[in-house]
Amino acid sequence: MALDKNKLRLIKSVAFAALLMPIARIAFQLWRHTLGADPVAITLNRLGFWTLTFLLSSLACTPMKSLTGWTWPLRLRRMIGLFAFFYAALHLTTYAVVDQQLDWHDIFADIVKRKFITIGFAAFLLLVPLAVTSTDGWVRRLGFKRWKRIHRLVYVAAVLGVLHFIWRVKADLLEPVVFAGVLLVLFLMRILDALQSKKG
Amino acid sequence: MARPPRIPESEITPERLYLGRRDFLALGAGGAVGAAALTSAIARAATPAGTPLSAVKKQNFAGDEKPNTLDEITHYNNFYELGTDKEDPAVHAGSLKPRPWQIAVEGEIKKPRIFDIDELMKLFPLEERIYRMRCVEAWSMVIPWLGFPLGDFLRRLEPTSKAKYVAFTTLFDPAQLPGQQRAVLQWPYVEGLRIDEATHPLAMLAVGLYGQTLLGQNGAPIRLVAPWKYGFKGIKSIVKIRLVADQPPTSWNLSAPHEYGFYANVNPAVDHPRWSQAKERRIGEFGRRKTLPFNGYADQVASLYSGLDLAKNF
Repeated sequence: MALDKNKLRLIKSVAFAALLMPIARIAFQLWRHTLGADPVAITLNRLGFWTLTFLLSSLACTPMKSLTGWTWPLRLRRMIGLFAFFYAALHLTTYAVVDQQLDWHDIFADIVKRKFITIGFAAFLLLVPLAVTSTDGWVRRLGFKRWKRIHRLVYVAAVLGVLHFIWRVKADLLEPVVFAGVLLVLFLMRILDALQSKKG
Repeated sequence: MARPPRIPESEITPERLYLGRRDFLALGAGGAVGAAALTSAIARAATPAGTPLSAVKKQNFAGDEKPNTLDEITHYNNFYELGTDKEDPAVHAGSLKPRPWQIAVEGEIKKPRIFDIDELMKLFPLEERIYRMRCVEAWSMVIPWLGFPLGDFLRRLEPTSKAKYVAFTTLFDPAQLPGQQRAVLQWPYVEGLRIDEATHPLAMLAVGLYGQTLLGQNGAPIRLVAPWKYGFKGIKSIVKIRLVADQPPTSWNLSAPHEYGFYANVNPAVDHPRWSQAKERRIGEFGRRKTLPFNGYADQVASLYSGLDLAKNF
């Protein structure tokens, strides 16, 4: 299906607005004091939730294209990925600045001692080079093949991100397991895809 | 922080719809955006008022620390039987019926029997006690409880010489406590204390807070409060108290033995394996304050544990 320019622009604008919704809602509720009794914890949890949601959504673009034949999901992939990074950065900033009040000693201890924080932090670090090299300029500079190889790090980041969530919860694994399940399905679809194209 | 406006029953989203919100997760990102908008509208249901209670004595065990608001205390709860999110218990509390209510007392006591909650509340003069409450998740509150010393109740039961521990059990009724339909923990919730802990003057059975009967989300109609221990020791909606010779099983210890011990005394020096216990966030504040040994009640309770390795017996 060919996309005309106007249609693509519309799709992109709608996606941009949708990707901003979670943070807009957090900001609105903070302002209205309706974010619950522990707004710091709720903000942290929500930002983490949306980071994972958008990270997995960015991974869903390619399988979606091969399922449906639509090309527009691919045109949104970079935007969704960058928003995932944006929410991850806000999540980390909220933890360091608001929750820990920039107590570097404690933050360092957390990163070293708490494995769920260690891998969460590692996942964020992996996303940094991907965000930096997300521009067309960097694709050209690195060459598409090399760029693509580097950007496969997103799979590692997604696995670490989901593990970060699984290791964080106390007993109710429902939400993190749903994320893990979605990630698994996305992986399987890619493997099937790769096998098929080999055969073809 | 302003109290939320009262919402008429008719405007509260039906539970079926509320529970259904999780289904959106499966729909992926697009659906999730919609789900988020839906949850916000319903997270804060109206607070039904409890019945007013009066106290014969008022004592403040929290120094000059300001009690949390009723809204905070009734809308930020860990009561997995009514949902695992902090705001779930307030939403689902209506399904828990605190009357009629009976508490069976049994085991190593002179005469096992069953108490009606109203009978129990007449037997013991109610006291108001303002206690700090420190959750194992590193947040805390200050709560004006209403209740009576657990020790007064236990002495009335005339424990035998074999009674070394007290075991408590929460109501098991998945219709009233819908969280029990999913095996997040082993149900019913069980907790326990050593008999000297249970008869310590600070340990109490609470039947109310802020001058009114407990709401469902806070463990109506009767719950344990042991302010020097992590909040999960404070078992809610108790239907059975059994005096026993051996250390009884406790729910979080069964769920994750290396993370939650039997004692669960507040201890800033012993970290939870996954997070530090050195600091806590008082609900209503942004930063973190230092956690005190035994939650600030060391002068009263530390002697209970002399000679005990608190790092091993966490």
